[in-house]
Amino acid sequence: MSNPFTGTATACYHCGEDCGTEPIQAYNKNFCCEGCKSVYEILNKTGMCDYYAINNNPGNSQKIKVRHNQFAFLDDESVQKALTVFKDSTQTHVTFYLPHMHCSSCLWLIENLHRLNENIISSKVNFTRKEADIVFNHSQTSMRKVAELLTSIGYEPYISLQNLQQQKPRINRSKIYKLGVAGFCFANIMLLSFPEYLGIDDKEKNLINLFRYMSVLLSLPVVLYAATEFYNSAFKSLRHKYLNIDIPIVFAIWVTFIRSMVEIFTNTGSGYLDSMCGIVFFMLAGRILQDKTYEQLNFDRDYTAYFPIAVSRINNNKEEIVTLPNIQLDDTLLIHHQELIPADGILTKGKALIDYSFVTGESLPIEKQMGEMIYAGGKQLNSNIELLVIKEVAQSYLTKLWNRSTFKVAEQKAKHSFVDALSRYFTWIVFAIAAIAGLYWYIHDVSKLWQAVTAVLIVACPCALLLSNTFTNGTILRRLGKNNFYLRNATTIEAIAKVDYIVFDKTGTLTTGRYENITYNGIPLTESLKIKIATLTAQSTHPLSKAIVQWLKASGSTKITGYREVPGMGIEGMVEEEWIAIGAKQFITKEEAGADDASTVYLAVEGTTIGKFIFKNSYRPGLHGLSKQLQKKYALAVLSGDNSGEKSFLQTLLGFKAVTLFHQKPNDKLQFIEQLQSQGHTVMMVGDGLNDAGSLQQANVGIAISENSNNFTPASDVILDAAQLHHLPAFIQLAKANRWIIMTAFAVSIIYNIIGIYFAVQGTLSPMIAAILMPASTISIVCITYGLSNLYAKKLKLK
Amino acid sequence: MSVIVVLLIASISVAALFLAAFLWSVKSGQYNDEASPPIRILFNDATITETNKSDETNTNNDQKTDIIP
Repeated sequence: MSNPFTGTATACYHCGEDCGTEPIQAYNKNFCCEGCKSVYEILNKTGMCDYYAINNNPGNSQKIKVRHNQFAFLDDESVQKALTVFKDSTQTHVTFYLPHMHCSSCLWLIENLHRLNENIISSKVNFTRKEADIVFNHSQTSMRKVAELLTSIGYEPYISLQNLQQQKPRINRSKIYKLGVAGFCFANIMLLSFPEYLGIDDKEKNLINLFRYMSVLLSLPVVLYAATEFYNSAFKSLRHKYLNIDIPIVFAIWVTFIRSMVEIFTNTGSGYLDSMCGIVFFMLAGRILQDKTYEQLNFDRDYTAYFPIAVSRINNNKEEIVTLPNIQLDDTLLIHHQELIPADGILTKGKALIDYSFVTGESLPIEKQMGEMIYAGGKQLNSNIELLVIKEVAQSYLTKLWNRSTFKVAEQKAKHSFVDALSRYFTWIVFAIAAIAGLYWYIHDVSKLWQAVTAVLIVACPCALLLSNTFTNGTILRRLGKNNFYLRNATTIEAIAKVDYIVFDKTGTLTTGRYENITYNGIPLTESLKIKIATLTAQSTHPLSKAIVQWLKASGSTKITGYREVPGMGIEGMVEEEWIAIGAKQFITKEEAGADDASTVYLAVEGTTIGKFIFKNSYRPGLHGLSKQLQKKYALAVLSGDNSGEKSFLQTLLGFKAVTLFHQKPNDKLQFIEQLQSQGHTVMMVGDGLNDAGSLQQANVGIAISENSNNFTPASDVILDAAQLHHLPAFIQLAKANRWIIMTAFAVSIIYNIIGIYFAVQGTLSPMIAAILMPASTISIVCITYGLSNLYAKKLKLK
Repeated sequence: MSVIVVLLIASISVAALFLAAFLWSVKSGQYNDEASPPIRILFNDATITETNKSDETNTNNDQKTDIIP
């Protein structure tokens, strides 16, 4: 066991977090909070402490307490029905998404749930998806109890409105079946072709015919089933009046097949069935490699994944559970601490302090008075409030924002790859060669015409190009995924390479959205004054007050009298005979405050202003290097929904050419990007919140930043782990390299094609030459694309 | 000659069996989750005795008492 302690800090036995100065000691162990201790108690009682033996401090921090009736909505039948996968007279199967699952201990504990509650029959974890399939006896326990048990041991199920409305898309495995069939047929036809290639006695002519007919039989599943993958895509592109690479490939497959049939049934040759099946097999493998999907990620989330499934409604002074779609006008909703506001409404009871950072990009929470309008999407930070609904969920500001921005979905984004264009040139050249060869043989020896023309068409199918393309895309997708840069699909690689303008969001993207940098300007604070200020600020739940308490590193213990909190303004009180006030400029100095003073807090003692605290967003590490590299090649811009307090800093960070705009509404951001696009720019948008949802869709490439890749991210083309943001230039470089790697591999494979054509135009392309050229060309393409992509990624110092 | 035909039928039917096994394994969802089974397989063997573990934690606690002011 490694020592989990560093310096004077004590790590919590359960979650490994710093216990601070006063750890809770119990059972000879230290805990950071009561929650962690109680999880330990539960596990200890049932003899399940193996949990701690598998990994050190495997638990999840329990500092945020869970409300006792948080899962009351699971008693509601319609909610139950939506979550149940299968139900019979005794058992219910339910799948919960458990975002806190992170290590093998978690898996062990969750799969041993039946030891904590005997009415749970079984639980099975899917680790990549962070899901648990739980089977329980519903006559003895309930879904709510199961959810509460999970929460009590630190794995709170995440249940959102999306669970109620959407069915999970089924995984399409048809390509893998096709690959299996193609592989089977290819290998067997190859075996059957060997005798003929290696020379077989004339005496055994009958055998040769048998082998050939067997090959025909085995090739049918490939032509009629495995290759349908390409038929579908070719047919689709024809319908859109666009020539993609699959069209010449389908053409070549059929030319090969028909010529082989003719040869075999007229007894003039053995055909090229082995090469044909082989190429279909390799091309399918490339397609599968390229279509790598990240099951744990969802690139199409909408607001429903962000909203809760149900909330509390007050009806005749009684609390009841109502699912979100059933919320009606004039309902009174009870919003608990840390709960999301689901519908626009008017505050009727309690003090609201609402964190809108995810919706609007404003980093400071907003205080609201009774009678004020509250928009959906914010998170209540204070204690419980009551809300009179004035707009239904589907009509609320946030929902409309979403619907407005998604009417132009990804569809319109160009999916036309340069590979398609290249394949078109290639096809014309091939046709030209075929025509010339045809003309030559028409004049000299008509009997060879058919052979030469079909052989040219067979050899020159652009499958090498398709293989280079899919294998390179697949390798690069994986390489980027290893670095937590997850692409929606392969076409995004090309889109990234074309970008010339990069737009960043500020809150949550460049900054962490938390206030960790505080500077104090003014008369130096004495130790005793620090204690007094800490006493005062400790009274308030405002995040800035909390940040000040932490910054002062003093624990206020002195008495306070006459404490008063003016919402949206500040706090004041008499601490040890001294009147201390702290708050907004207007509150302390009575002067009008500029919009950009929002992140400055003034301090007054006995009526005289003695200083101010300036809050700076804490920026993600490595931004200087990032902007230095990007500035050279790209135009940069920052669009922030926040105040312009950080303008000068951002300007020095991103260079003076960069555009910095503040107080940007979601729609402003969208329009800014539209404007850039109309000027001919290809725009990449990097953002995180719902306020960026529209612009992420509108941009040619939308990158959603995620603190934890399983939390909510708006629909986007790419999901990037926040900790990897500083690698962005390298990611773009790698995406750009994609094109020349494809070209290199293609150029090499053309050599094989030229050899093939050399034989083909003479009408002497034997099946054996084709059977050697095809795999040789494939292997060299795979080696080149795999090698070059990984070498280049290494050069960029990527994982 | 007939030997070859028999062998041919035998080899193709064996291969077809493997193909069927492959298709079945994909269909039954064995490739749906590639991360959990390798973790799960370790647990059957990894039962750690209670005494062992408490020894370890005790030594940790000794260190702790030194550190905490």
